[in-house]
Amino acid sequence: MYLNEEQQAILNGSQGETMAKIMKTMVMFGDAFGAEKMVPVTSKHNHLVTSFGLKVMSPVYDLMQQLLDAGVKSSQTFSVDPRPVDKNVPANFLQKLVFNKLMYTKQNFYEEQLHKLGLMSDDAFTCACYLDQVGNVPKKGDVLSWAESSAVVYANSVLGARCNRNSGIMDIMGSIVGYVPYFGLLTDEGRRATWIIKIETTKKPEAQLLGSAIGMKVMEDVPYIVGLDKWIGSELDDSACTYLKDFGAATASNGAVGLYHIENLTPEAKEQGKSLIAEGAKEYVITDAELERVKANYPVVWKNPDATPKLCFMGCPHMSLQQLKDWTDKVEAGLKAAGNKTVLIPTVFTAAPKVLEEFNKTEYAARLKATGVITSYICPLMYMNNPLCKKMPVITSSNKLRTYTTARYYTDDEILTAITKGGK
Amino acid sequence: MREFKGRVVTPGTTTAEAVVTTQGFNTLASMQMALQFGDKETKCGDQNNPELNGKPLCGKALCLPQTIGSTTGGLVLYCACSMKRQPACMLFSEHIDSLAAAGAVLASVWVEDINMPVIDCLGEEFLSYVKDGMTITVKEDGVVVVD
Repeated sequence: MYLNEEQQAILNGSQGETMAKIMKTMVMFGDAFGAEKMVPVTSKHNHLVTSFGLKVMSPVYDLMQQLLDAGVKSSQTFSVDPRPVDKNVPANFLQKLVFNKLMYTKQNFYEEQLHKLGLMSDDAFTCACYLDQVGNVPKKGDVLSWAESSAVVYANSVLGARCNRNSGIMDIMGSIVGYVPYFGLLTDEGRRATWIIKIETTKKPEAQLLGSAIGMKVMEDVPYIVGLDKWIGSELDDSACTYLKDFGAATASNGAVGLYHIENLTPEAKEQGKSLIAEGAKEYVITDAELERVKANYPVVWKNPDATPKLCFMGCPHMSLQQLKDWTDKVEAGLKAAGNKTVLIPTVFTAAPKVLEEFNKTEYAARLKATGVITSYICPLMYMNNPLCKKMPVITSSNKLRTYTTARYYTDDEILTAITKGGK
Repeated sequence: MREFKGRVVTPGTTTAEAVVTTQGFNTLASMQMALQFGDKETKCGDQNNPELNGKPLCGKALCLPQTIGSTTGGLVLYCACSMKRQPACMLFSEHIDSLAAAGAVLASVWVEDINMPVIDCLGEEFLSYVKDGMTITVKEDGVVVVD
C-alpha cells in the first residue's frame, strides 16, 4: 500500500509506539483487501458500536486504556450504540442480579473511558445516531470510520456517505489516526450493484422481512432494488427513511449488506440509475410467497413454542420520533377496538435518549404511557443477551433482534394484535 | 488427503480438527453467549446455523465461506483471541470479509503470543470437500492439507 510521508512517519513511530501500532493495524487491514492507499476520514463525528461494559469484554477496555494511557485521541467526537440496561424495563430479581452483579459491572468504568475518548454527550447512546435529533448526520460523500451494521448501511445507502462495514475497535482506530484504507464501499466500483432485486408483491412488503430475505440472499453484495418505490415513494421523507432504517438493519444482520440502492429513491440510484448495476448481476424476485417462505423458515427456539409472550420489544434499531407517534395512534386504536385499556403483554418501545426527549415534549407521550407501553433508551439485544432471557418468550418485529436472541419475529400487524387483543 | 492453496491473511501453522459451516458464520451470534458465560469450549450459539449450533469452536479448524452479521464481530473475535478461546485457525473459501479481517488483524497486532493462522480464497471446492472431524494442517505458505 502507498503511504504518504505523514502516514509513513506515523507507522515509523513519529507519534509514539501506540500510534504506530494503530497505523500498522489499519495498514494490515487494508492489505487484506488490496487497498492501494489510505484516505482521510472527513465526517464531523464518528460512531462506535461498543457501548456495553460487559465484564467478559475486558480485553476491549484494556485496549481502550492503552489508547488513553498513551494520550492518543481522535479529533472527532462520537456517538455510540445504546446502553444495555435501564431500570424502567421489566426485569425480575434474578435478571437484575445478573445484569448488575455479573454482566455489566464494567459499565461505569467503560463510560468514563468513552467520555475521555471523545463521546459527543452523556446521552449520545443510540444505534440510530443519524436521526436529526441525535445530530450525527454525515454529508453525502463523507468518508466515515463508523461501526454498527445498521448505521453503516443507512449512512451508505440513504445518506450517500462512504463507509466500510468496520468492526468495533477499528472504528475508533480509524478515527484516531484520521485515515482509513481505501477499498470496498469507499470506491465507486465497490458501490456498484451485483444483484437486481425485483419487488413483485401485491402489498407493501414488511420492511424487516424484506430486508431479511434480501440479506440472506445477497450476503455482503450490493443489491439494486427495483419496484420498492411503488410502495414507499420516491422522496426520502420521514416515512421512507424510517422504512429504510428498519429494512437496512435486517439486510445487515441477516446477511452482511453495507449498501443498497433503491431505484428512484436513494441518492446514488436517483443520480445514476441502472448504470450502477454491474455486468452479470444476479437476479432475485420478491413475491408475497417468497416473503412467506422466508418467514416460515425462521427457527422457533422457544422451549415451549406455544408459550404466552412475556415481553414485547419494538425498536431494534431504535425507533424514530415519527414511529413513536404512529405507534401511539396504532396502539390506542387497537386497544379501543379490542375493548382493552392497556397492553396485554409488557411492551417496551426503545429509542435514542434525544428522540425520547423530543417525544416527551409532545402530547403523544402521555397517551402512550396511558396504554401501558414503556419507553426506554436501552439496546434490546443487550438486555436479552443472557441465559435467563433465553428461556423467556419475547416477541418483536425486529429481525435483527430475532437473529441474535431467542426473540420471535412477528410482523408489525401481528405484534399490534398480540399486544392489544391478545394471542401470539 | 487433499491440498488446497489459499492466501495468508495472518500467518502461522497449526493442526486441528475441522468444524465446517457452508453458510455465513455470524460471529456475534455464534460466540457471544459462550464467551460471556465461561464456556471454555466456545460452543457455537447461533440458532440460525444448524451446521454449527452447539459444536465447540475453541481449538478447532473453523472452515467457512465468510463471516456475517453485527459489526461487533471483529471485536468478539479479538476478545476470543485475548481469552485464548479462539479457533485454532480460520479457513475461508471466499475472500475474507471486513469483520473477520478486523478480528484477525487486531489479534495479530495487539494480542501477545497469538497463533491463529487465517487463510482465505481457498475456493468453493475446499468447502465442499472438507467435513467435520477431518484433520486440517495449515502451513506457513497458505497451503491447507485436509486429511
